[in-house]
Amino acid sequence: MTLSSVETAAVSAPTPERVERIRAAAYRIRHHALNMGEVQGQGYVGQALGAADMFAAAYADQLSYRAEDPHWEGRDRFLLSTGHYAIGHYAALAEAGIVPVSELETYGSDDSRLPMSGMSTYTPGMEISGGSLGHGLTIAVGMALGLRAQGSASRVINFLSDGELDEGSTWEAAMGAHHHQLGNLIAMVDINALQADGATNTVLRTEPVTEKWESFGWYTQRVDGNDVGALLAAFDNIAAVAAAVGRPSVILCDTKVGRGVPLLETREKAHFMRIEENEWQICREQLTAGYEGAASA
Amino acid sequence: MSTTTTTAAAKPKLKTSAMIASFADPGQKTTSAPFGHALVAAAEANPAIVGLTADLGKYTDMHIFAKAFPDRFFQMGMAEQLLFGAAAGMAETGLIPFASTYSVFAARRAYDFLCLDIAEPNLNVNIVGGLPGLTTGYGPSHQATEDMAIFRGMPNLTIVDPCDSVDIEQAVPQLAASDGPTYLRLLRGNVPTVLDEYDYKFELGKAKVLRGGNDVVFVSSGLMTMRALQAADALAAHNVDVAVVHTPTIKPFDSATVLAELNTDRLAVTLENHTVVGGLFETVASAVVTAGLGKRVVPIALPDQFLDAGALPTLHERYGLSVDRIVAKVLAELG
Repeated sequence: MTLSSVETAAVSAPTPERVERIRAAAYRIRHHALNMGEVQGQGYVGQALGAADMFAAAYADQLSYRAEDPHWEGRDRFLLSTGHYAIGHYAALAEAGIVPVSELETYGSDDSRLPMSGMSTYTPGMEISGGSLGHGLTIAVGMALGLRAQGSASRVINFLSDGELDEGSTWEAAMGAHHHQLGNLIAMVDINALQADGATNTVLRTEPVTEKWESFGWYTQRVDGNDVGALLAAFDNIAAVAAAVGRPSVILCDTKVGRGVPLLETREKAHFMRIEENEWQICREQLTAGYEGAASA
Repeated sequence: MSTTTTTAAAKPKLKTSAMIASFADPGQKTTSAPFGHALVAAAEANPAIVGLTADLGKYTDMHIFAKAFPDRFFQMGMAEQLLFGAAAGMAETGLIPFASTYSVFAARRAYDFLCLDIAEPNLNVNIVGGLPGLTTGYGPSHQATEDMAIFRGMPNLTIVDPCDSVDIEQAVPQLAASDGPTYLRLLRGNVPTVLDEYDYKFELGKAKVLRGGNDVVFVSSGLMTMRALQAADALAAHNVDVAVVHTPTIKPFDSATVLAELNTDRLAVTLENHTVVGGLFETVASAVVTAGLGKRVVPIALPDQFLDAGALPTLHERYGLSVDRIVAKVLAELG
């Protein structure tokens, strides 16, 4: 079946209370990420800040889970394909109560349960080991197939990055998900337009991204990935029009590296952002000022 | 939930599992990006040389070449199958590609493309793999602990495991000049400079005796030759006289030189930055058995397991690659 804009418009907008609840979660995730980055003096803080709203929408609004029982079989699965975003994912797991907040400061350190690249063998709530990019969506297809075959209503959300669209395996999975009519599968693509060697459009042009996913048969929405209301509406649209008809869905999220901290938003974009020792407190203050300012506005 | 979490600033810095870590000792003499500069020098002499990478130019020192020869550099994106398939296509047209990514992605992800598109037609494509063995604390996704085991089974492929910047600088033009495909276990960034202290020249396919010794003979490759030399010095203080044979070419292997050193009563030890399965130790063991030498060989290598994430010095100590662990192992063997 073909989906049209008429069908998406039938869904009412998320309530202000719901949006505010997720904004608050995203703020705390960003705060955690800054604290974790400060311990190491470096890290993938820019990516975590950029993707915090996506993590918040997933964990605080969408996913069913039991914090005390991360392996509960009825849970929805959240697969972090981009292993280096683990700093943001750990912050979200702390927000979800799956990882203690007090443990976050061990991020990336010897013998920590929170290695710099996310691994399922180390961390409760981490479903897969990422890091070798382009694997997540293939595993997600298998999980979605397996859950459906066993009569489970659980959904699978795969978080991936625009850089992973370079990998052929991502598109094999995209075809497979459509072929197998995986209405229980949602991909969230963080389009921050940055990869290891530089801007995405200088490394390998992936645009037009929307048309690619549409042509692969996915229910495709492109939103401002730092707009919590838009993210929630996108999930609502999926539930209303795509899931039941067996169509996999993708939310293409345009995000800003360093989002929420003007000092970092304006810094030269880098895969591995350096932040000076005296800047962390400034970052936190800017984050809080921006969050509270937007709330009172 | 509080929105004013306390900062971690006052606490001591914990050791980091950052992706890019140096294994150089503090204060050690190093050379910056020896591969990148050597490739530029080779390309100045040979206009057929081109460079490719898969979104890891900055991390494999290929950016040096890209800057010097922007028209001969090809950014292929994070698409390793395309990287090596395209390198094969370029070689078919007469170019000499050097294609870089991390070793894990070359060995694990693009193997079929390397095998059938490059090795079988015996093309002069030079595979450059960063983070070989245990040279990052980032965990199994980036630790190519079994790359030599994977690649040794590929016919036609020459495998080079350089010790330092001297090896890399001298190897690059020889890799370009050799006809078939090669795999270089790249050391990048500030790379230790060690072999300039010895009467040594890198020769593709040759092992070299770096120092003689009456009690023990080390056979080593890669950065473990640096550790072997340091351990030999340390063992001298224990009145143990150690010879070091450096075998930077793993395949084809210089059995003649190595067997001549092993065919003595000395304790024989192999040292490699690689799993004990399928790397230098088994290469040496195979040569020993084939020649009919009834000789015991002691391996110093990474264990047959997925390794931890953590700081590189922590992990080298944990898995037995540190000088202290080498010295202890040898003393224990000597009883």
